[in-house]
Amino acid sequence: MKPVRFDYAAAADVAAASSLLAQAIVAGQDAKPIAGGQSLGPMLNLRLARPAALVDVSRASDMRTTRDDGGAIVYGGAVTHAEIEDGIVPDATPGWLAAVARGIAYRAVRNRGTIGGSLAHADPAADWVNVLTALDGSVVLSGNGTSRTVALRDFFTGPFATVLAQDEVIAGVRVPKRGPEARWGYWKFCLKAGDFAKASAAVLLDPRRDEARILLGAIERPPMVLSEPSAILSGRLSLADVVRLAAPHLSPESHALHAAALRRAIALATTSGEVAA
Amino acid sequence: MGDDKGNHDGVGASILRLEDDRYLRGRGRFIADIRLPGMLDVAFVRSPLAHGRVRGIVKPQGREDKVFVMADLDGVKGIRADSGLPGFRSSIQPVLADEKVRHVGEPLAACIAESRAEAEDIAEMVALDLEELPAVVEMTRARDASAPLVHDHWSENVFLETSVDIDFDASIKDAAVQVKRTFRTARQSMAPMEGRGVVAYWDNLTQQIVVYTSTQMPHIVRNGLADCLGLDQGMIRVVAPDVGGGFGYKGILLGEEVCLAFLAMKLKRPVRWIEDRREHLTGNANCREHHYEITGYATADGTLLAIDCDAIVDSGAYSAYPFSACLEAAQVASILPGPYQFPGYRCRTWSVATNKPAILPFRGVARTGVCFALEVLLDAIARELKLPPELVRRKNLVRPEQMPFVNITKKIFDSGDYFECLDRAVAAVDLPAIRARQKAGEPDGRKIGVGLAIFCEQGAHGTSVYSGWGIPMVPGFEQATARLTPDGGLELRVGVQSHGQSLETTLAQIANEVLGIAPRRVKLVHGDTALTPYSTGTWGSRCAVMAGGAVAAACDVLAGRLRKVAGHLLQADPDSIVLADGMARAASGEISIKDIGAAWYLRPQDLPADVDPAGLEATQGYKTQRDTGTFSYACHATVVAVDLELGSVEILDYKIVEDGGVLINPMVVDGQIYGGAAQGIGTALYEEMRYDETGQPLAATFADYHLPGACEVPAIAVEHMEFPSPISRFGQKGIGEGGAIGPPAAIANAVNDALASLGAEVDTLPITPGRLLAKLGLAHDKPEQAA
Repeated sequence: MKPVRFDYAAAADVAAASSLLAQAIVAGQDAKPIAGGQSLGPMLNLRLARPAALVDVSRASDMRTTRDDGGAIVYGGAVTHAEIEDGIVPDATPGWLAAVARGIAYRAVRNRGTIGGSLAHADPAADWVNVLTALDGSVVLSGNGTSRTVALRDFFTGPFATVLAQDEVIAGVRVPKRGPEARWGYWKFCLKAGDFAKASAAVLLDPRRDEARILLGAIERPPMVLSEPSAILSGRLSLADVVRLAAPHLSPESHALHAAALRRAIALATTSGEVAA
Repeated sequence: MGDDKGNHDGVGASILRLEDDRYLRGRGRFIADIRLPGMLDVAFVRSPLAHGRVRGIVKPQGREDKVFVMADLDGVKGIRADSGLPGFRSSIQPVLADEKVRHVGEPLAACIAESRAEAEDIAEMVALDLEELPAVVEMTRARDASAPLVHDHWSENVFLETSVDIDFDASIKDAAVQVKRTFRTARQSMAPMEGRGVVAYWDNLTQQIVVYTSTQMPHIVRNGLADCLGLDQGMIRVVAPDVGGGFGYKGILLGEEVCLAFLAMKLKRPVRWIEDRREHLTGNANCREHHYEITGYATADGTLLAIDCDAIVDSGAYSAYPFSACLEAAQVASILPGPYQFPGYRCRTWSVATNKPAILPFRGVARTGVCFALEVLLDAIARELKLPPELVRRKNLVRPEQMPFVNITKKIFDSGDYFECLDRAVAAVDLPAIRARQKAGEPDGRKIGVGLAIFCEQGAHGTSVYSGWGIPMVPGFEQATARLTPDGGLELRVGVQSHGQSLETTLAQIANEVLGIAPRRVKLVHGDTALTPYSTGTWGSRCAVMAGGAVAAACDVLAGRLRKVAGHLLQADPDSIVLADGMARAASGEISIKDIGAAWYLRPQDLPADVDPAGLEATQGYKTQRDTGTFSYACHATVVAVDLELGSVEILDYKIVEDGGVLINPMVVDGQIYGGAAQGIGTALYEEMRYDETGQPLAATFADYHLPGACEVPAIAVEHMEFPSPISRFGQKGIGEGGAIGPPAAIANAVNDALASLGAEVDTLPITPGRLLAKLGLAHDKPEQAA
């Protein structure tokens, strides 16, 4: 389990990263950005990923900073889960992001793994993929001297697939701020602590922005924002039916787990507003 | 015990581990820490198919000299581990497959390069021409007439079939109930923190192949290497460096070991192979897969009349050296009756061959599966008879006044009080309080249940037990050498190997008990065929009893010689001299053991003319008074909560009452039990190596093969009973495996207790959410059960 030979270059900033990626494309090489390497590392070792070159963005200065743009916090793409967990960067929410970060894999993974890397990897079961979509987050993609912002609900195109171009990196992750009146519930089912979720659900109720969003995660596809949230919240629709209709491709066992996740996320959002493990 | 003699570090003292200084600071020297000048890395080309005929292996052009296939291994024979039991079918495990591949991951070629990455590059370039054959995957179908043959010359896919019938028909006449269940345990992959690995080189000085290998049994590996390579044993030295856990996985000879030894000799350059997790999970470490159809016959008051069982063990493709493909099933038949007495017994076993890696003995070996089958059946009988499960056990346990007790399969239980063990475990979980809580219901809607499992663990069993199986390894006398150094320290040399058992500490404590030398002055030399007496190694919960007994015996001889020299120097009767605290004491005065050493080695002119010329070094052999083994035993009691919506199980409480006889170091025993129980929890709830219908393993990393982590293992409370074994030196009993035996049975019983009102029962390990939800689905479809 040793990787295929690859070239390695560290980028000092976003511009350098996209330029290194662009150079590789010109040279006909398959190049990939790498930050914490917590997903790409094992794939390299298993030889499932065989890029000819890696561009290390973990120390890109402008991907390590976080700024407040008034309505949202924009996290640098190379901010680690641990930095969010520890409150080293500001939380756009009343502590929800720190709590989600605390539940990602293990501390050793959180020390290195990054928010941008997790979104780029686009594992349907990953926490940030689902949580930040539920929170109406977006990503700032930089490449080829230009920059564009894409809402996460449009970013994921399939399991492990996104709209990210070959010379683009996730420079930043924009998360709208949520006030104390907002309510939130995120619940995931893992076979053991630190494992990827077998089912997850998130519920956001933000009266100030008049938003009610319910999301089903870990469905082997990009997260699904459910229509008719008010009908679900009022109990007019059975959760089992909601899950079956939203994700018909899943097994009965998985339907049961997702319905349970949905029920528990709703309960969290409509009672304490806390995040449960 | 030590206190009476003033030896506070001897038998019974929980002194801190001597080996921890290097382990906790990350300074151990494991196989992958060994780097030799000019060393080449080896990567194996492994079979992608479960079953296929090898039509050709094409070496990459220009790299022909970097790739070795079986035809290149001149004079090397495959690994053969036959049992002498009648009807055993022999298999030969090729070092590199050249005619057929019989499981995914089987090595076909070895590739050498300056680094492992480059060796893997070459391995990718080797072209395989394999003709795929239908695979035998499901053990219950392996004996079907239509099943393909794993070994072409066999008439059916069975290594061995056994049958025992003891008064079965006569015993069941008065049965009020007959309760039948089908149980299944998963194929697992035992997972020591360190995998296997080999570093081998040719030593021109000694004209030997030196094989460093991550093993539990260096002497047995040398036997096997000499056989396979066709060399004199004198040409081979096997060294086990620090070994990061074994659990049975390192108690077998690997084809990779044979191959590396050959390459070192042929290339005259050091070679190394470090097993990666994918190789470990998919190609090598497999264990535990059993299927039981078991029926219990009992009277209305819960008295067992007979047990009838058909057991299948999925032995995989080959008979592993040295334990063979029949160890597991032989244990099933002999150990199934557990700690109970009943008059009738019938058991048929089949060790079937399938296209999966050879099944290997994992901590507890067959006992974990057997305990699961019998204890879960007992609870089913209790439910059928509407009796409390603890009462059904009390009806049938061997009573303390019957000890030593010869059970129905002629096992000799040496000592103990199984009733006290059960009662204390029941009290530890406060069973009446749990029953009251169950009536009240849980505020969160979960169902709670309590489960018991009681079992005994044969350890340190010797010649008479293993010779009956006729396998390549039969333990005899265990030997140890004790040597005083000129400065009053002690060197102990033992043929067993310490890889987590804390032998560097506990054997030093035993030496201290006899000689009064401080444990920190005792150096344990182990794991090296050149430096230690022969031993079958570390397995079968035997080291505390056998190596401990041998160390004590060698120290006894040394003590006699020390007393003799001290008697001369003190002008006292040698028999009156007491060895303690590093001193030899007589009424007339005292002298340090250091000065005795100095007299023998440095100032022999001070010694009397009739001094014992054998000197201050002694080798002694040891056997227990009867070689049928010590029988430690334990009762595990657990309380679980089952989430009916998720099918998940949370362990709320876990208590273990264990009798390991006289404990050498109680802290070390606690550690053994905690570690074993963590593995048992893995067997119960998490670990499963699944295969698809073509024999492809479905877990290649720890993301798919779930081991319990710190969050999944509860705080386990251990209580000790210390009924001395009458057959061992200090009354100690082997307890190395017990922790791993009880949890699947106890947890399954607790789950079934929680589900009893729903009429659902689990019968398959591990108890995953999917399995539990399926059972609950079945239960929902059933008509309401009479309560």
